[in-house]
Amino acid sequence: MATLELDLAEEAVSAPTRKGRRLGVLFWAAIGWMLFVFALAIFATVLPIPDPTTMDMLERRAPFSALHWLGTDGLGRDELSRLIYGARISLVVGLCAPMIGLTVGGALGMLSGYFGGRFGSFVVGVMDVLLAFPPLILVLAVIAYVGQSILNLTLILGVLGIPAFMRVARAATLTLSRREFVIAAQALGASHARILIRELLPNVILPLFAFFLLGVAITIVVEGSLSFLGLGVPPPISSWGSMIGEGRESLDVAPRLAFMPAIAMFLTVLSFNLVGDTLRALTDPRQGAL
Amino acid sequence: MSGEALLSVEDVVVDLPTPRGNLRAVDRVNLSVGAGRTLGVVGESGCGKTMLSRAVLQLLPKKAKLRGRVMFDGQDLVSIDWESLRKLRGRSLAVVFQDPMTSLNPVLTIGTQLIETLQEHLELDLAAARRRSIELLAAVGIPAPEQRLLQYPHQLSGGMRQRVAIAIALSCEPKLLIADEPTTALDVTIQAQILDLLAREQRRRHMAMILITHDLGVVAGRTDEVAVMYAGRVVERAPTPALFKKMRMPYTEALLAAIPKLDTAPHTVLPAISGRPPDPTRPMKGCSFSPRCRYAVARCHGEKPELTEAETPAHQYACFHPIEIPDAVPA
Repeated sequence: MATLELDLAEEAVSAPTRKGRRLGVLFWAAIGWMLFVFALAIFATVLPIPDPTTMDMLERRAPFSALHWLGTDGLGRDELSRLIYGARISLVVGLCAPMIGLTVGGALGMLSGYFGGRFGSFVVGVMDVLLAFPPLILVLAVIAYVGQSILNLTLILGVLGIPAFMRVARAATLTLSRREFVIAAQALGASHARILIRELLPNVILPLFAFFLLGVAITIVVEGSLSFLGLGVPPPISSWGSMIGEGRESLDVAPRLAFMPAIAMFLTVLSFNLVGDTLRALTDPRQGAL
Repeated sequence: MSGEALLSVEDVVVDLPTPRGNLRAVDRVNLSVGAGRTLGVVGESGCGKTMLSRAVLQLLPKKAKLRGRVMFDGQDLVSIDWESLRKLRGRSLAVVFQDPMTSLNPVLTIGTQLIETLQEHLELDLAAARRRSIELLAAVGIPAPEQRLLQYPHQLSGGMRQRVAIAIALSCEPKLLIADEPTTALDVTIQAQILDLLAREQRRRHMAMILITHDLGVVAGRTDEVAVMYAGRVVERAPTPALFKKMRMPYTEALLAAIPKLDTAPHTVLPAISGRPPDPTRPMKGCSFSPRCRYAVARCHGEKPELTEAETPAHQYACFHPIEIPDAVPA
């Protein structure tokens, strides 16, 4: 018993310290670029830029100038403001669609991973069917049928993202729900809802969020591809993809019209990938012995 | 004893379907624990100790089939509805697991885990639950409990984590605590501390405890009664002093002989039990221990001995050739 006589007052305990992990310059550069694009997209209406749809037929494909910082496109519209308004579309679709995947797919994945059984097999089966369908064809068919709009585009891209999120959530839940702390929680009388929300969700949300950022990057590219094909947002609304598509027509005289939106998309997608990868590496169980 | 038993396990059988056939993890086990008493369950790895404890808590794997009755405080845990069972767990029945590395949620702070358990069962407000958590952490010997509340499990040592796990288990003043190898994952120096802590809290709270271990030395001074398990069955059961004074089952004897002793000469070969436990998917006709038993005769291989009473009804053993001379025990 003598071993138990601990002097509670004397024992000095250091305050919990934040473990400083080096995230690297690239990570912060990516965060910086993302914040920059977000700020421009959010404040697009109050920025002192020309209207993105006003055409100036005398100034078609104008070079960089004080009036048009990045020149004008084939219809004399200001390239910079079209880029900024295009960022709005790319980001709204790029963020909202994976959000649908994250919530629906994450919930389905956790439920199927935790309860398993027939319900789990059913969910996995449905997701396999959805995965087996060629996604681009499905998007083309649905968009052609329900019509082009930002909402439709977001919804269909979101639904297509559900299986991937469901798989990530299910895989994480399957391994976690066999861990002792879940059994310990059950032994303490926790309800299923409590175990799912309080015990499992905080563990599952980290890999899901890292995957979400990668999903954003993929969705921006897919939205760009669809807009390039003319199946994205309807004109005259600009989106990076449709700008690349329009710039293609004047690739020989003004290649910058295709390259500038391409660079914007490249940098944004790269940023999301970098941040997502860094977060995934941080939450990788092999790195920190949680 | 059976009259005022808090927990009585009656003819419990646990079957686990496996690809190689049915695995009988627990085979017709009868045990009972009175309020405030301690039962030690001893046996080697894979003998069904953990499955037995899971059967008591109704936390068996989904595929497992359970038969028999588990009477706790007048209720049969096997047949009561899920919601009442959930209320009993934590409140009246608590458990401490083997590995404190995995039995705490890695992404929640110690405080969150303790406070939420308290709020859930005792319906305390946040401030009261926080105060109680600090008291509990102090009671299990954790220095600077206020600061520990904000820490994550990975910031604590193994012994500290097990103390936290014990604090969580004790938080709602359970009537029965099941300690499933609570010290196996810990350093030897910490083991005694944790066991003493459990014994002290048990006395203070007058709760019953089932101490599951593979170490006869652990149960020796800390239990009122011991059940020795082998291949899913209880092979010897006796009040602790009687067992150590006069063990009847050769398996118990072999287990005790396999504990290294300080006074043996250096380089002495440890009398380990040769062979391995029988494959639980292939039930044996005779005594499960017969292939490894040095007293085994033909009858042992062909017929299963039932639990029979020794001098006192409390001391039971399952053997045709019990050890007769107490002096033969190399202790």
